[in-house]
Amino acid sequence: MTLRPLRPAERPRPLGEALLQILPGVIIEGLLLGCVYAMIALGYSMVYGVLGLINFAHSEVFMIGAIAGAEVFRYGQPAAPNTFVLLAAAILVGGSVAGLVAVGIERLAYRPLRRRTSNRLVPLITAIGVSFFLQDLVRLIEGLWHNEFYLNYPSCTPIEHPVKLPLGTEVQVKAIIVIAVAMLMMIGLTLLVKRTRMGKAIRAVAHDAQTASLMGVNPDQVISRTFLLGGFLGGVAGVLFGIMFTQVNPFVGFVPGLKAFTAAVLGGIGSIPGAMVGGLVLGMIETVGGTYLPLFTNGAVGSEYTDILAFAVLVLLLLVRPQGLMGKASSDRA
Amino acid sequence: MNVSKMLPLLAAGIVALQFTSDAQTIKIASACPLSGAQAALGEMVKLGAQLAVEEAQSAFAAHGIKLELTPQDDQASPDVGVAVAKRMVNDAEILGVVGHFNSGVAIPASEVYKDYDLCMVSPANTNPKVTERRYPNINRVCGRDDVQGPVGAEFAVTELKAKRVLVINDKTAYGQGVAEAFKQKAAGLGATVVGFVGTEEKANFQSLILQMKVHKPDFVYFGGIYDQGGLLLKQMREKSIPAVFMGPDGMDSSEFVRIAQNAALGAYYTTVAGPVDQYPAAAEFAKSFEAKFTKKPESFALYAYDSANVLIAALKELTLQNPGQTPARVDVCKAVRKISFPGITGLIEFNDKGDRKKADYYIVQLKESAYPGTTVKVISAGPPGN
Repeated sequence: MTLRPLRPAERPRPLGEALLQILPGVIIEGLLLGCVYAMIALGYSMVYGVLGLINFAHSEVFMIGAIAGAEVFRYGQPAAPNTFVLLAAAILVGGSVAGLVAVGIERLAYRPLRRRTSNRLVPLITAIGVSFFLQDLVRLIEGLWHNEFYLNYPSCTPIEHPVKLPLGTEVQVKAIIVIAVAMLMMIGLTLLVKRTRMGKAIRAVAHDAQTASLMGVNPDQVISRTFLLGGFLGGVAGVLFGIMFTQVNPFVGFVPGLKAFTAAVLGGIGSIPGAMVGGLVLGMIETVGGTYLPLFTNGAVGSEYTDILAFAVLVLLLLVRPQGLMGKASSDRA
Repeated sequence: MNVSKMLPLLAAGIVALQFTSDAQTIKIASACPLSGAQAALGEMVKLGAQLAVEEAQSAFAAHGIKLELTPQDDQASPDVGVAVAKRMVNDAEILGVVGHFNSGVAIPASEVYKDYDLCMVSPANTNPKVTERRYPNINRVCGRDDVQGPVGAEFAVTELKAKRVLVINDKTAYGQGVAEAFKQKAAGLGATVVGFVGTEEKANFQSLILQMKVHKPDFVYFGGIYDQGGLLLKQMREKSIPAVFMGPDGMDSSEFVRIAQNAALGAYYTTVAGPVDQYPAAAEFAKSFEAKFTKKPESFALYAYDSANVLIAALKELTLQNPGQTPARVDVCKAVRKISFPGITGLIEFNDKGDRKKADYYIVQLKESAYPGTTVKVISAGPPGN
């Protein structure tokens, strides 16, 4: 009797091989999460650049984008000709609503304060207050409107379809869409800031608002536009987040907001490429750590301890480079 | 005369008034979340108790007693629950509490009831600690997590033939407790537990799912609530993890299906409160419930109805023994503890801890992507150590 050799699928697979086999999947997930963090981090970084303010309400701008996107899916799904049109609509509406809300926050909460006080602490506390206010306001609205707390992004088969990649990995169409949209947005923003008059004005105000205003730049208008841009990116990030993880609620902004703020600091707050790099690095650390730490330690260190790793990296980096990965060491900002 | 001198007089006057009023009033309180995210579940507890009280009112009226329900909102929060409990113990007319809904609220609130001998009958608290403190006034008509977990494990290993089990929990007292109990029983029955993982993540379960690709479990148990469980299941299925999914009664909600959408198909959950159609005697209850409140009784309504009826039966007995006198709270506690009451959910008798001598545990499968699922097995079991 001759023994038939085992086909590859039947051969018992050593753990090491399985660890390697999930690596492409881990990298893709890290990239996805990193893109979302990077887009939110941009909002923090740009506002910090022009105002020197940590806008903690930005996590709620992200949440409002996510909720607006969910509403587009709710009302659009029966009417839309196909899923990709619906997706584009959700991204545009989510981004626009979030951008307008961000402008509104600046106009109603921060600008009056800027006129009355030069204290940096007052707008910071206001930002935290605005954040709580928006969380409960959205909860109230959604409660009255649909009596729902959790909002679903519905299953749409075309975007959930798996695509085969080399090395035996599979990704869903939506993962590719999310990465593509995020990359496009970030390239677009870079071009906008580097190549247009508006971008030049933003850079000028970030550098020195007083001198910029002497040169005929209207700082209030520039600040408004910065909030609009940051809010739009944050809102789009919210919709992408909803598409990836399929469920959002009025309190969903807190954790990604905090992580993105961390990413902005990691990359060097105030720096646009820094925010992007910081977001990607943080998303990658979180996913790689979260997946491999429990596997390598045989479950002794669980996924829930990934944050320790992420923040340890942050602290170590700031010890060596206090200005962050790509921030400029600035002596002029006291 | 200043106000501080008047206060004792006033108090004496109020006490005197209470004793001289002709119509004797007895109140039963319901304590559950009536606002916030869990209001829908809490309302069922209130309405169940309300139905029982309103049905018993005429029998009490015949003896000159006015029986009332006083609904209290604990907002599913331990702080609010304790504040509500303190208010209730100071209302001398309240002789019993149906509630609370959440174990995390019931445990601190019951510390207040204990000092005032106020009897609590819980329709829904499954945490072992609720009765493990052996307070004479704390009882429950539902099962316990340290039985619910093992019952699920036994079904998974012996009937579903689970071999490689991954156990996940939400790191709360409830989720971790029930997951530990599941893990121990599953390992004891010979299944390999490939991992025991805690997660507080609310949105992104990708790290856990990537680990599943390495461990290749054929069975995933999630100890926690539907908001995380439903999403975990949805993301698992999107990444084509084929493992069978099971959770405790935290998954027993229509929200679980709404969140998991078509991924809910085929999932199992265990619960201590069976669907109304599981009880032969419940048809009439369901009919009068719907007629009165124009909605269908869900989840714990039936258990709240039985809890209230246990209190009512004890009060009836005491008022017949000593007509014209308001029963003492201590006597209510004693009467409830030794009661033998044929409830809709079966015979209700308590052991010396206040656990039901025989409670039912249900294994439910979502055979369609719709709530509630189909009961596949009912297991009647006593509390551990009995």
